[in-house]
Amino acid sequence: MRSKATNEFLLEFPSRSSNEGFARSAVACFAAQMDPTLNELEDIKTAVSEAVTNAIVHAYPETIGKVSVKGRICPGNILEVTVKDRGRGIPDVDKARQPMFTTGGEERSGMGFTIMESFMDKMAVRSVAGRGTTVVMRKKLAPRMKTGK
Amino acid sequence: MEMNAKSADRNLLLELSGELDHHGARNAIRDLEMAIEAALPKKLVLDMAGVTFMDSSGIALILRAQQRMQLLDGSLLVCNVPQQAKRVLDAAGIGRLVKIR
Repeated sequence: MRSKATNEFLLEFPSRSSNEGFARSAVACFAAQMDPTLNELEDIKTAVSEAVTNAIVHAYPETIGKVSVKGRICPGNILEVTVKDRGRGIPDVDKARQPMFTTGGEERSGMGFTIMESFMDKMAVRSVAGRGTTVVMRKKLAPRMKTGK
Repeated sequence: MEMNAKSADRNLLLELSGELDHHGARNAIRDLEMAIEAALPKKLVLDMAGVTFMDSSGIALILRAQQRMQLLDGSLLVCNVPQQAKRVLDAAGIGRLVKIR
């Protein structure tokens, strides 16, 4: 999934829920240079919100740890977003990806991965128990008329 | 995330506004339960017109409302759902479980 990026950013913040809005807005601001449609921007914000919330709720249930978000613009007008934590990890990724499955109690719906999958083109999850989880998502944005540089 | 409650004749209208993410939903779910507890409505309407962003945390809130209304033998209607929130509900297939207008 690795290809040369034409632009990228890296963001790191503590796993406080107040950073959920910050993270999705930051990614949306970065993606704005790709001239996305409003729908594409909303899809990206929603998927990032789900991935970051997962890290905040599940990776560090009792503590505050670090969450990093990386954005890359790849050839072909593709946005790649990587959300990474060094938390407790997901013991069974396939199970976690099933709709309505959650260990988060009544506060969570278990639909996070389903929404990431349906709002982005590709999603990969790597997780090691006790070491953390990395979610990589990609979305190809529709080509638009070029104006200026 | 703000929630404004209007109650009359065992009808409860809850107007939601702001960003309904995990951060906002925590208090919103608590406020929702308190409002239902106080009004014991036959009919609950969740008006989403003011919701500027929603992720799956909003689904958890809607499902909780549905569950509480079933316990009260009442009904739930979710209305005025903005486009972004609607796409989240559609992706999760929530229209099969909850009445959305």
